Amino acid sequence: MATVTYLEAIRQALFEEMERDPAVVLLGEDVGVYGGAFKVTAGLLERFGWERVMDTPISETAIVGAAIGMGYLGLRPVVEMQFIDFIACCFNQLTNFAAKSHYRWGAPVPLVVRGPSGGGVHGGPFHSANPEMYFVHTPGLKVVYPATAYDAKGLLKSAIRDNNPVLFFEHKFLYRRTKEELPAEEYTVPLGKAVVRRPGRDLTIVSYAAMMHTSLEAAELLSKEGIEAEVIDLRTLLPLDRETLLASVKQTNKLLVVHEDTRTGGIAGEIAALVCEGAFEDLDGPIVRVTSLDTPVPFSPPLEERFLPNVSRVVDAARELARY
Amino acid sequence: MPVEVVMPQMGESIFEGTITKWLKKPGEKVERDEPLFEISTDKVDAEIPAPAAGVLKEIKVGEGQTVPIQTVVAVIDADGAAAATPALAAAPAKAEAPKPAATALAPATTTPAVAPSPAAAPAAAATGAPAAPRRDGHRVHSSPLVRRLAREHNIDLSTLRGTGVGGRISKKDILAAIQTGGPRPPAAAPGAAPGVPGALAHVVLENAVPRERIYFGRYEVQPMSVMRQRIAEHMVVSKRVSPHVYSLDEADMTRIVELRERTKGEFEKRYEVKLTFMPFFVRTCIEGLRAFPTVNASADGTNVVLHHEINIGIAVALDWGLIVPVLKNAEEKNFLGLQRAINDLAERARTKKLKPEEVQEGTFSITNPGVFGGLTGLPVINQPNVAILGIGGIQKRPVVINDAIAIRSMVYLTLSYDHRVVDGAVAHQFMGKVKSALENWAEGVL
Repeated sequence: MATVTYLEAIRQALFEEMERDPAVVLLGEDVGVYGGAFKVTAGLLERFGWERVMDTPISETAIVGAAIGMGYLGLRPVVEMQFIDFIACCFNQLTNFAAKSHYRWGAPVPLVVRGPSGGGVHGGPFHSANPEMYFVHTPGLKVVYPATAYDAKGLLKSAIRDNNPVLFFEHKFLYRRTKEELPAEEYTVPLGKAVVRRPGRDLTIVSYAAMMHTSLEAAELLSKEGIEAEVIDLRTLLPLDRETLLASVKQTNKLLVVHEDTRTGGIAGEIAALVCEGAFEDLDGPIVRVTSLDTPVPFSPPLEERFLPNVSRVVDAARELARY
Repeated sequence: MPVEVVMPQMGESIFEGTITKWLKKPGEKVERDEPLFEISTDKVDAEIPAPAAGVLKEIKVGEGQTVPIQTVVAVIDADGAAAATPALAAAPAKAEAPKPAATALAPATTTPAVAPSPAAAPAAAATGAPAAPRRDGHRVHSSPLVRRLAREHNIDLSTLRGTGVGGRISKKDILAAIQTGGPRPPAAAPGAAPGVPGALAHVVLENAVPRERIYFGRYEVQPMSVMRQRIAEHMVVSKRVSPHVYSLDEADMTRIVELRERTKGEFEKRYEVKLTFMPFFVRTCIEGLRAFPTVNASADGTNVVLHHEINIGIAVALDWGLIVPVLKNAEEKNFLGLQRAINDLAERARTKKLKPEEVQEGTFSITNPGVFGGLTGLPVINQPNVAILGIGGIQKRPVVINDAIAIRSMVYLTLSYDHRVVDGAVAHQFMGKVKSALENWAEGVL
């Protein structure tokens, strides 16, 4: 069985869902003839035709607005942001219309907005963003950010089948770098469930997306020093899997949160509050964060390297916390 | 307007500080940034500047007291008037309350806080109250988990010794106490220290003889300063943990002495820095450490940690003790850079201006008993290093060279090393390298 990249897994999910349900349609800039800026949708136009794979003008507001309307009329649109940074342009459509529609009018919007996110590929300040927290703060949305090919496929299928808007962040650093063998039979991964990627007794490292791999690498090194870190992959940021987080912290008593998003207002703060509320008397040390710096993503490669968390920063923080 | 003065956090892993001296009395005027009090922490001693100009209104924490960081230790009346008149007190209130109606009320509400009224003091002092039980004046640091387990198993935390950072009682400590069926005797805890990397576990300073044999005749008792206690603990642990071995060698310093004589005037004129012997020793030690990396190392249980940086600790004697500031990345500096850094660290050690990180992360140390006229000395290893070089006094001595007796400038060098990591063969080769580098010094210094 061939190994499948994270990118190919996303294409498989789109392909399978479009085969399964004729209501699933794609919209986005260059998703059709060109096959998408990263070739995620390559071949789909040929297979499903122009009525279901639509190249759009360069207006994110128009794309998402149209998709919301399609959702009301019974379709299940999947919108691609060419780079997730541009999702800021349709902030109003997403937070004021898509997110509140079910609550206000009883009219759910079965919409998926997906796109390449994150840094580490020298994309500079306008092509490297991690804007997930704007939307984690918005009740009515679901926010997904997978770390593996298996999850990318299974979670996207669940997102497309969900009756409410789901934002699906794809880490572009992982597109072709992470791959694995996928089951031949159909599967989905439930939204809202984190997973323990590596069990450990000394501290819990919570992470997601590209930083999940960084955390796993760090855990491997720490293990050689006798520090056993449990690594949790959040997979879904909204809703957060409170149970898995608390169960782990109650065992290890120490928590390190690693994310590529910038520090202030990052999900680490929310997780810290949640753990203080639910497991304060189980804490044996401060809740520690390793995150990007509070700046735009630098274009210069050495500056970007300094900006992003890396294995050695995670190891250092975990080591300090372990001996606290 | 009263300004609260707090115990500052002098480094990431520091949780408390001791006030060693107040430099101002209540009622005295202070300028902003003028030294207000001296503190002593686990890592350094420092003068703390006043956060605002005004009159020192109240000292809440006296000399010799240890308090957690951020505790309010004093209050400065920033208006500069200790016995504030209502008119003065109203001035800042006006700025905050633009509504005319509020100005009338303002003097009434602000006056009690500004006036030296004893009634206001207890309420403010309550915020600085200790949060955890104390023993021997030490706050017991633990965690929510440890406190819950202690409650559930009926264990008195003040009877436990912690092995966490700064002596903190960690999960490991309380689980061990629960397993052994209650509080362990304090003396047992240091035995568990070898697993603890980095920070020195708090050590019990024991007496070698019963106390009654210590007090006789006429005497006075001086409590050890915090620095003295830390030195004592460090030395006790170092001697207990590291099996010390000593190597003695001598080097002919004639070339360097002559070079220094010849160039020191010009050196000082050109760079405005005194030319001392220390950079010569640092430079030659770097050569030795490069050739024998196990001397530039630390021991961690069954691992040897070989440091890739060469960070040289240089012992600086102070009137009130001893401190070892660290010259970081010494291998990256040229001769002038070394001399400048050495002088700067020593100067700031003497004026209490060192930052906590500047006394940490050393990989090798040098001490210089020679400056006090010592022929030589056998130093105790500065943990977590595995070796320390002692430099004796440079003296002219008759030396046999090619069967003739010559007068040469000689120095005794001693190396104390940790036999867990360094064996005699390596130590002597290291010393040989340093010696030959000193004797064959070829680098210009100008």
